[in-house]
Amino acid sequence: MDDRVILRIGAKILIPFILLFALYVQFHGDYGPGGGFQAGVIFAAAFVLYALVFGLGNAVKVLPPQAVYVCGALGVMIYMGVGFVTMALGGAFLDYNVLAPDPTHGQHYGILAVELGVLVTVFGVMVALFYAFAGRRRLDL
Amino acid sequence: MIDVGLFNYWAVIVLMMVGFYTLIARGNLVKKLIGLNVFQTSVIMMYVTMGKIEGGTAPILVESGEHVVYSNPIPHVLMLTAIVVGVATLALGLSLVVRINEAYGTIEEDAIMDEAL
Amino acid sequence: MTGFVDVALLILLAVTGVAIIRQRNLFAAVMLAGIYSLVSAGLFVVMDAVDVAFTEAAVGAGISTVLMLGTLALVGYKEHKPQHTPILPMFVVLVTGGILVYGTSEMPRYGEADNPVHLHVAPHYLEESEHEIHIPNVVTSVLASYRGYDTMGETAVIFAAMVGVLLLLSRGPLPLRVFHKGQWVTLPPGARHEDPPRAGVPEEGDGDG
Repeated sequence: MDDRVILRIGAKILIPFILLFALYVQFHGDYGPGGGFQAGVIFAAAFVLYALVFGLGNAVKVLPPQAVYVCGALGVMIYMGVGFVTMALGGAFLDYNVLAPDPTHGQHYGILAVELGVLVTVFGVMVALFYAFAGRRRLDL
Repeated sequence: MIDVGLFNYWAVIVLMMVGFYTLIARGNLVKKLIGLNVFQTSVIMMYVTMGKIEGGTAPILVESGEHVVYSNPIPHVLMLTAIVVGVATLALGLSLVVRINEAYGTIEEDAIMDEAL
Repeated sequence: MTGFVDVALLILLAVTGVAIIRQRNLFAAVMLAGIYSLVSAGLFVVMDAVDVAFTEAAVGAGISTVLMLGTLALVGYKEHKPQHTPILPMFVVLVTGGILVYGTSEMPRYGEADNPVHLHVAPHYLEESEHEIHIPNVVTSVLASYRGYDTMGETAVIFAAMVGVLLLLSRGPLPLRVFHKGQWVTLPPGARHEDPPRAGVPEEGDGDG
């Protein structure tokens, strides 16, 4: 592990930019290609890269599996929660127009919120899948 | 400019057949899942092909005076989610393969059948 | 020019697909599958589906490849020689393909603006999304707002897939049961089939499998 200097330094330089790019993809998704699905996968890819280079043990210290499972469930709850909030405000389920006095602003808030939910779920699920496969011991070793 | 006509559909069918063949003729379970993935990508390609409009551009609205043609966004939306669900089901399949390997010591279909009988 | 790129990429995809079939080293096959995903992402860009291309490049070429490599690390990467002749699968595949090609004769031609798909709903999204939702990316507005129910379902599906994978993989390996010298034997977790069941406990009257 210790002799792969280029790999380690390269990963250390790249990971912040990957995370930043994921956030860009998330919040620029309204104006260009991108959105919650892609951003979640890119966000997860940063942690997968970290785990591949620095080992699963270190990655689990940075991001515990329990937190990842909570993310996976939390995103779905955010998404559905937006639906219930719109219902509480007198609209239909997931009818974002009621979220703000101006309907198009309401749409903006609604889309932002549900894309956040998608981001959190996709991120959590992808990292959880990676942990599940990488944490499994090979039997004959 | 060459006329594509129906070529896209035929190419998609060829890719679909490649995936289908891998799925039914190969005994290795991981290979089968790769074939399933190829099959899935070909279906996605078919939807996207239907959404394309010649001379159109990606469905991201631009502020401009003249008339702009956009490709159909609906197939894109449907396939976007299909890809992510595809990787989720792939992971489920792969975890089944891991468990089968642990139970039978092999992921070759014939060997599993011999084992089970 | 677009047509040329389209045809070239499709031919490249077909070649990669055939290489995947013929490749018996699974490690190489998985890498070829990653290449296949990346080339198809390029094809999606040519067909104006930038969001789909983005997702395919990130998911298909990235996460799927990592997951498959993780599986190969657990199950080994050698594929056995197929034991059956490929004649019957080839026949089935060719017949299916023939029927599908026959079916395409009724399909609308590639890229024409008056194809049936483009006449319903899509014009509404493209024209009204600017006023109703006021964001430029129509794919995002359809995904999150017009068809928000769909996306909610998809989110729930991938969450369910996570639960399934964790149910399958978070438990430790189970003991192995093999049929050895006329009786069923339980080997401890970690044993291989080829191993003699030295640590195993023989069991009687359980040979029906």
